[in-house]
Amino acid sequence: MNETVLFAVLSLSAIGVASAVILYFVAQKFKVIEDPRIDVVNEILPGANCGGCGLAGCRAFAEELVKTGDLSKLNCPVGGSDTMKQIASVLGLEAEEKEPMIAVVRCNGSRINAPQKVIFDGASSCAFAHALSAGESGCPNGCLGLGDCVVSCKFDAIYISPETGLPVVSDEKCVACGACVTACPRKIIELRKKGKKDRRIFVSCVNTEKGGPAKKNCSVACIGCGKCVKECPYEAITLQNNLAYIDYEKCKLCRKCAPVCPTGAILETNFPLRKEKPGEPGTEKAAEPVVAG
Amino acid sequence: MKTFKLGGVHPEENKISAGKAIEVLPLPAKVCIPVSQSLGAPSKVVVEKGAMVKTGQIIAKGESFISSNVHSSVAGKVTKIDDVIDTSGYKRQAVFIDVEGDEWEEGIDRSPEIIYDIVSDRDTIIRKINEMGVVGLGGATFPSHVKLMVPDGKKAEYLLINGVECEPYLTSDHRLMLERGEEMVIGVKILMKALGVGKAFIGIEKNKQDAIVHLNVICSKHPGVEVVPLKVKYPQGGEKQLIKAVLNREVPSGKLPIEVGCVVNNVGTALAVYEAVQKNKPLIDRVVTVTGKSVAKPSNLLVRIGTPVSALVEFAGGLPEDAGKVISGGPMMGKALTSMDVPVVKGTSGILIMQGAESKRAAALNCIRCGRCITACPMGLEPVLLAQLSENQLFERAEKERIMDCIECGSCHFTCPAGRPLLDYLRLGKNKTGILIRNRGKK
Repeated sequence: MNETVLFAVLSLSAIGVASAVILYFVAQKFKVIEDPRIDVVNEILPGANCGGCGLAGCRAFAEELVKTGDLSKLNCPVGGSDTMKQIASVLGLEAEEKEPMIAVVRCNGSRINAPQKVIFDGASSCAFAHALSAGESGCPNGCLGLGDCVVSCKFDAIYISPETGLPVVSDEKCVACGACVTACPRKIIELRKKGKKDRRIFVSCVNTEKGGPAKKNCSVACIGCGKCVKECPYEAITLQNNLAYIDYEKCKLCRKCAPVCPTGAILETNFPLRKEKPGEPGTEKAAEPVVAG
Repeated sequence: MKTFKLGGVHPEENKISAGKAIEVLPLPAKVCIPVSQSLGAPSKVVVEKGAMVKTGQIIAKGESFISSNVHSSVAGKVTKIDDVIDTSGYKRQAVFIDVEGDEWEEGIDRSPEIIYDIVSDRDTIIRKINEMGVVGLGGATFPSHVKLMVPDGKKAEYLLINGVECEPYLTSDHRLMLERGEEMVIGVKILMKALGVGKAFIGIEKNKQDAIVHLNVICSKHPGVEVVPLKVKYPQGGEKQLIKAVLNREVPSGKLPIEVGCVVNNVGTALAVYEAVQKNKPLIDRVVTVTGKSVAKPSNLLVRIGTPVSALVEFAGGLPEDAGKVISGGPMMGKALTSMDVPVVKGTSGILIMQGAESKRAAALNCIRCGRCITACPMGLEPVLLAQLSENQLFERAEKERIMDCIECGSCHFTCPAGRPLLDYLRLGKNKTGILIRNRGKK
């Protein structure tokens, strides 16, 4: 009896010691040396795992940062420049000042501007509606209002306005991660400079049809007339495929383009109301209050 | 009675227009002919703005292997070449023609006389079918000449002719078999000659008893052609389901019917083949059913391609007051139209006007995991899983679950007690998975 117990204890101990030795050498051989700074950087990051930086998540972003040691190409849109400065101090680098961005919805085809012509009765998904048809207003490029962008937003920054049927981006909550830009099947949402005091000017239309067909479906469509292009003193506006586009890098927010637009497709957000100059045509239209953006 | 085994549903038949003889729709004042009317590459326009065209004149040429020619369906003047939204809902390039008279292109035999002797050889038949722009008239509009060119290493044993017409409401194929049966069977013989097969089966559901009797009489004069009555079950008219029902053969996943030695063609296609080969007549018209519960005069109309849908509806007594939805095709697989100005194309088998209440979808409730969609799926797929995968954008997984095998018959959505839009998500998933697969091929 005693012998059996002794034998069992001894043999198990022997196996234990042998395994320990093997495991020690295996551990030595396959040792992973990780830069401790990765953990530090990871701690600083917001941990939203939104993918706004273009990488798989915050951990991957931290690894990439430490590996390349280059802050110029990588940026965490959620944390903003504060986070990047903190990271830079940890890594002993210089952080570049990046201007904050925001998601901008470039469609103003509300129920009034682009009246509903047909009823879409299918699955409540923009991706499906886009793959199927032109949408309820008939505009092949306009917002479908089924909220794929709302679903994609991890920061609760977009909602569909019940009055207009269009998405509204919250200036405070949006971190410009770009999830909605990818989610929108019609590429309506764009990341633009947030601007001082949230002031922005942009063409709120992505319709590439010719003027006639575009106007038929929506009263505020860009018809590609090119008036704004001529008006702009900074050459910030380009016209392509019957559609004007304002380059936010070049735009100086002078507000000269908006009044000349015959359809009112150029939107200005958070600007003070224009002073009305009697007798000057065109100014009345521009004074319209602007909600979307 | 033969039928396919897996899945299937029994929607209400509603064949309201079955007793109505085919009428010829008067020529419209204007037509608009989309130039890509078949699967594959769009055809290239060969007429210019302002040109005068005759009926049957070629206006767009199919240039790649899978594409087909398009002919003018009327005589008149080309007013513009512009984009138009066709029955599929997409913008396509189209030729707009103002109708002036009805002068036909030379060489087209318009006499009612039936030509029985098939003098053309195999190559001539295929060349003529290609030239005359014949495509599959069952709905998929696959260019017919491509089907007849059997790839090397494969051999066609049987020709299957699809006279099933399993979609509720539609009766165009039924009327065509009754009224043009004689010519249609000659078309079948031509197809048999081109394929070099000795046996053809015409599959017909037994709710079309008169057509079965009529064709049986005709086929007794044509050895090798046999009528096969089939049990009424949707989607019997699916290519793969028809092969299973008639021959008890199963087409492997992702493969074409030729894999099991079959070629399947619609009865309408067989008639178009007859007209193309024996009469030199291009595919410029087709039979379209205009129907619906509140339509004043449900009809089967012989319509020139390019006629606006509104003209057909007008002929059938106008748009009823309680109209809720106008559908191109049948209620199961058809597509709702966004405008009445869209033109009839080669793939338009019917115009269905549904009543407001009938057309409304029920609100989608939560899935209760009952598995009815799985029982109903004629392809043996799991629609509930595939819909979830595509809703969550897991397209690689969906591909493994054989989403590309879906024939979009809509049985899953039809049978779902929670009214979930399963087919919508399956279509989206198929679309996205297709893009995924194509991009992979490029790398």
